[in-house]
Amino acid sequence: MLEQLFQFLVTGITVGSLYALVGLGFALIYNASDVVNFAQGEFVMLGAMTAISLVAVGFPLPLAAVAAILITIGVGLALERFAIEPSLGASVVTTIIITIGAAIFLRGVALLIWGKDFHALPAFSGDAPIHLGGATLLPQSLWVMGATVLLVVLVRAFLNKTLLGKALLACSVNRAAAQLVGINVRVMLRLAYGLSAGLGAIAGILIAPITFSSYEAGIMLGLKGFCAAIIGGMGNPMGAVAGGLLLGVLEALGAGLISSGYKDAITFLFVLMVLFFEPTGLFGHKSADRV
Amino acid sequence: MNGGLRHILLALLLLTGLNPAHAAEPIKIGSFLSVTGPASFLGDPELKTLQMVVDEVNARGGVLGRPVQLIHYDTGGNASDALRYVKRLIRRDRVDLIVGGTTTGDTLAVIPEVEREGVPLISLAGAIEIIEPVKKWVFKVAHTDRMAAAKIYEDLNRRGLTRVALITGDGGFDKSGREQLRQLAPEYGIQIVADESYGNRDTDITTQLTKIRASDAQALINFGFGQAPAIVTRNVAQLGIDLPLYQSHGVASQTFIDLAGPAAEGVRLPAAALVVAEQLPDDDPQKPVLLSYKNRYEAQHGPVSTFGGHAYDGIMIALAAVERAGGTDKAKVRDEIEKTQSFVGTSGIFNMTPEDHMGLSLDAFKMVEVREGVWTLVENAD
Repeated sequence: MLEQLFQFLVTGITVGSLYALVGLGFALIYNASDVVNFAQGEFVMLGAMTAISLVAVGFPLPLAAVAAILITIGVGLALERFAIEPSLGASVVTTIIITIGAAIFLRGVALLIWGKDFHALPAFSGDAPIHLGGATLLPQSLWVMGATVLLVVLVRAFLNKTLLGKALLACSVNRAAAQLVGINVRVMLRLAYGLSAGLGAIAGILIAPITFSSYEAGIMLGLKGFCAAIIGGMGNPMGAVAGGLLLGVLEALGAGLISSGYKDAITFLFVLMVLFFEPTGLFGHKSADRV
Repeated sequence: MNGGLRHILLALLLLTGLNPAHAAEPIKIGSFLSVTGPASFLGDPELKTLQMVVDEVNARGGVLGRPVQLIHYDTGGNASDALRYVKRLIRRDRVDLIVGGTTTGDTLAVIPEVEREGVPLISLAGAIEIIEPVKKWVFKVAHTDRMAAAKIYEDLNRRGLTRVALITGDGGFDKSGREQLRQLAPEYGIQIVADESYGNRDTDITTQLTKIRASDAQALINFGFGQAPAIVTRNVAQLGIDLPLYQSHGVASQTFIDLAGPAAEGVRLPAAALVVAEQLPDDDPQKPVLLSYKNRYEAQHGPVSTFGGHAYDGIMIALAAVERAGGTDKAKVRDEIEKTQSFVGTSGIFNMTPEDHMGLSLDAFKMVEVREGVWTLVENAD
């Protein structure tokens, strides 16, 4: 039984770090613009699918990964330039609806390019499972966990330690005041979309060997990543990671100890409870903290 | 066209009060498929197949000298849309018969309507409920999930295995398959010792499999489609569960092997003969039909799938019935569909009767196993 429990935990952390990685991208755009970007899942899918296609035509994996990240950043910038920027000044709800539209559009384009089949990316360091006590995990999961830790540290340092990062945060706190002190809000928005598209692409490429990818893959990952971000507190990158891990472990324990049929019900009940009792998320700042 | 046929046709036209200017009135075949949405990997090859067959038949001069016209609506896997489109097919487009219903849900939603209106329907969906109890106007051509369950249990009996663990997804196909597996188990002396489920979009199923590992199962059966069965297969390998793994006909394609990778080695499943067309003995009556369909489809669209094969069987049976009926009188066409005998299709050899509106036997399924990355025919294994 103890051995089983250990495997549930390992599974939970593996799945949780996937969610965390996706949740991170949500947090970044939210920081810059107070907007939840529902096309974030599509960035994840685009990164994965582009990398898979490039590997399929013979590119070595590292080169394909870099190219896929750059292409996805390009898409993120284009999305910002042609869909978000023209509606600058519109309400947050309008902007969110624009991102939902963009998500549907990107999914449609992906459908035309790649069709409906699922595709897999080869694992970075083989498929031989690693044994930890009685539990096993795939080497690819270690890549995901490692990258999650590295990226969250980098994002945090960027937002708190660099002038550019602080300028980005300033835009979400008070856009007019940020503009008055000389911050170019448009440039900051582009930066946020470019960065989170890049983060999404990295997440997609890392998790594609485990979860496979298809034109629709962004929906599920986007939803779970979004849940991770709201559990942790929107706008707090560390919170998104903690939220993702919590979600993953909860799913695994729910399926393992109670019933696999109620796994998602347990998770969503938890999300509801969090929103009910702690609307800003478990690790979210109260809105006054930002000033 | 020969002279005799022309006379018959002319007589028919006179009988129905049409003037010869309408001689080229098309045979209208209606269709409603899930070309988009969750079942799109079924509906997409089905539609491509229907279009291909219709183009080919028209290039040869049509049926009874009349061109064949395909009228299709995409349901997106939504049963209420399916009903709306079928009403439109019957009332506005005035189709002569309908081939379609990719999913069981879509098909069941429209059965009351086609029964009331009296339009022959050939469904491409799996569940046995479509033809059991028998409905006057409804036929189906895809293997049922009960046949898949029976085929798997037959193979387990051959290997002398009795205790099995089930793991199924949360989709309609998965649930219906699970139901059949549970119902048939006593008949084959099979005991189900574990019964786990997962969400079809889940990315990791090791939790459920860990529980199964702790049971005393001798074999593992996974009923599902999409990417989840491939994840199950990989997770089984990851956890080092050394039991025979059976999948359902839902994943009988090269895509499954590509996704699951080396973990797919040794996986068995009941599949339509299309998957192993090249490996069939030369005297198998299905072989030429399968190879011909496969080559024609692949010349236009890339890898063939058994689901496209269902559409092929459906429209070929329909057109043959129209030809035998000598026209598109709905009642006559229905009777002729019911009289379909020894029709060699991609899914098997169809022998329909008034009691059996599918007409396939268990032989229509072949047990196949992944060996060195390809589906290989298992004949009387072990």
